[in-house]
Amino acid sequence: MSDDKPDNTDMPGAVVAKQVPPVVNRRKQQQRRQFLRTLMLAAGVVGVSSMGFIPVARSWNPRLRPPGALDESELLAACIKCGQCVQVCPVEAIKLADIMDGFGVGVPYVDAREQSCDFSCDGLQCILACPTGALSHKLNYPSEVRMGFARLDRPDLCLAKKGEGFKGKIRGPEFDGLFRYNEIDRWKPQRIRDQEFDLEICDLCVRHCPIEIRIAQCEAGEPPSGDINQCPPRHAIELRPVDEGDGVRRMRPEVLDGCVGCGACEMVCPTSPASIVVDIESTVKRV
Amino acid sequence: MSYLTESFMQLLGRAPRKPKAEEYTPEVKQIHFYKRGEKVDLEAIRAEHMGHKSHKWRNRRWATLISVNLLFLVSYYFDVQLLEGALTGSRFIGFHMADLNSALQVMLAYKHVVLNLLIGTVTIFVLWFLLGGRTFCSWVCPYHFVAELAEKIHLKLVERKLIRNHEFHRGVRTVFYVVFAVLAVVTGYTVFETVSPTGILSRAVIYGATLALGWVAFLLLFEIFFSQRAWCRYVCPIGMTYGVVGLLSPLRVVYNVEACKHEGECRKVCEVPHVLEPVIKGRATDVTVPIGADCTRCGLCIDACPTSSLRYEIRGLNKVL
Repeated sequence: MSDDKPDNTDMPGAVVAKQVPPVVNRRKQQQRRQFLRTLMLAAGVVGVSSMGFIPVARSWNPRLRPPGALDESELLAACIKCGQCVQVCPVEAIKLADIMDGFGVGVPYVDAREQSCDFSCDGLQCILACPTGALSHKLNYPSEVRMGFARLDRPDLCLAKKGEGFKGKIRGPEFDGLFRYNEIDRWKPQRIRDQEFDLEICDLCVRHCPIEIRIAQCEAGEPPSGDINQCPPRHAIELRPVDEGDGVRRMRPEVLDGCVGCGACEMVCPTSPASIVVDIESTVKRV
Repeated sequence: MSYLTESFMQLLGRAPRKPKAEEYTPEVKQIHFYKRGEKVDLEAIRAEHMGHKSHKWRNRRWATLISVNLLFLVSYYFDVQLLEGALTGSRFIGFHMADLNSALQVMLAYKHVVLNLLIGTVTIFVLWFLLGGRTFCSWVCPYHFVAELAEKIHLKLVERKLIRNHEFHRGVRTVFYVVFAVLAVVTGYTVFETVSPTGILSRAVIYGATLALGWVAFLLLFEIFFSQRAWCRYVCPIGMTYGVVGLLSPLRVVYNVEACKHEGECRKVCEVPHVLEPVIKGRATDVTVPIGADCTRCGLCIDACPTSSLRYEIRGLNKVL
């Protein structure tokens, strides 16, 4: 220790000057250091966690949320980030956001182009699984959902609009998207890439629309789950003829009131990029 | 009552205080008196106890912790619906369970009380009340596990004098608790969840690796090179919540002063050494003293004690485990 000064009294003739050690209360000093350190820790942790607000405030990652999701800010507040919705989805449409979503970390979203919701669970499993009502329990049927709203984003690419048909498999051999085709298997989701199509005029978006599928089932007298309440009251999408005066038979997908924004049309659209996309509900509201 | 207040004040961050003379029972006074008269050669005692190496409770705890976290994964992967969700919120064979702190943050931010969440919260409250509160930390929390491994590295580095441990004031955890609660109310977002390594790790185990693990890695590096067990000791409001739950819990660690040689091995391995203050020579106010609520019931001290002076106790049953 530095304060143990060598004793020099036995040196002959040495003048013993009493050295007064500088008054440093080491304990006090340590306490002060600890206090400052603690202050920095507090500032650091609160600062880092508050940074989560940036991606939210600047909407870095606008997300299509699962069926029944509350308004964005309420969703982020109410969601307990447990992923039970992820676990129950039969087509694995729901993912959890990462840290780049800030406060939205662990909150579920749907990347429709990769894997859309297809409502084949009828009962809105994700909503039933949600422990906090972040996916609102007030909804009972797919037709009541409004995740977003589909829009023909690139009419120039749309095959139907060009008057073209579609032959072959949708979106190439690498695409992992799933869809439950009632006519193949009610319960087992199929790989979309395994389906073969031969259409005179492309109507993939309409024939994959869960609302249109339901309406067709109801009209055939076989409502989903045998429940007529499952029957959507309004159509969501239909092909309408377009005449451009060149004699080519063209059709244009028209999105209707009944669209729930599940994104199935976006997922199955064979053009690249997708001709039809889903606008996220909140964006629709703002415009 | 004074045990409770002391236990609670320690949770909030107050340093343990020296008991006053009138707080000691006559029996323990006698024991302390005799021990004062004994000649103690700490080195000799340590040498004598060198052979004592038990990892009984640590092994059981790690096995439990890994099993619980894997059960989430297995349940999802094989779709067996045994334990669905993540540590923040889950269903155990259909029964709702909600992490108390996550549920609190959600209720404060969302400003509604959802019935399912309330059911889950009550279930978890009862469960951890019975099991000892912070038992959650050491027996379930995945961050506790990785932090324990990081701590080993930290201690090695300290031993080789390559680094020095920096302590913070424990009261800062209370500050964090209040700040995060206020932030949730004011901003309407569950701010703490953004940085909670418990949530991040639990989700990563179940749903796959994320970038958020980078934050967890940073925390571990901070604990290895700067401050031992910093997150669990000074920050985590989850630990604080469960600490309060455990205040009156029947399951706790108790200390018996009679055979204790006071060589302090238990305090060296403890995540929260302030709770082990009574094991210091002359500090125990009774022959057996219950350890405070900040104790995570991890059992490392029980493993470390060569004289079996520390053990688990279920109050009321008075049965030795």
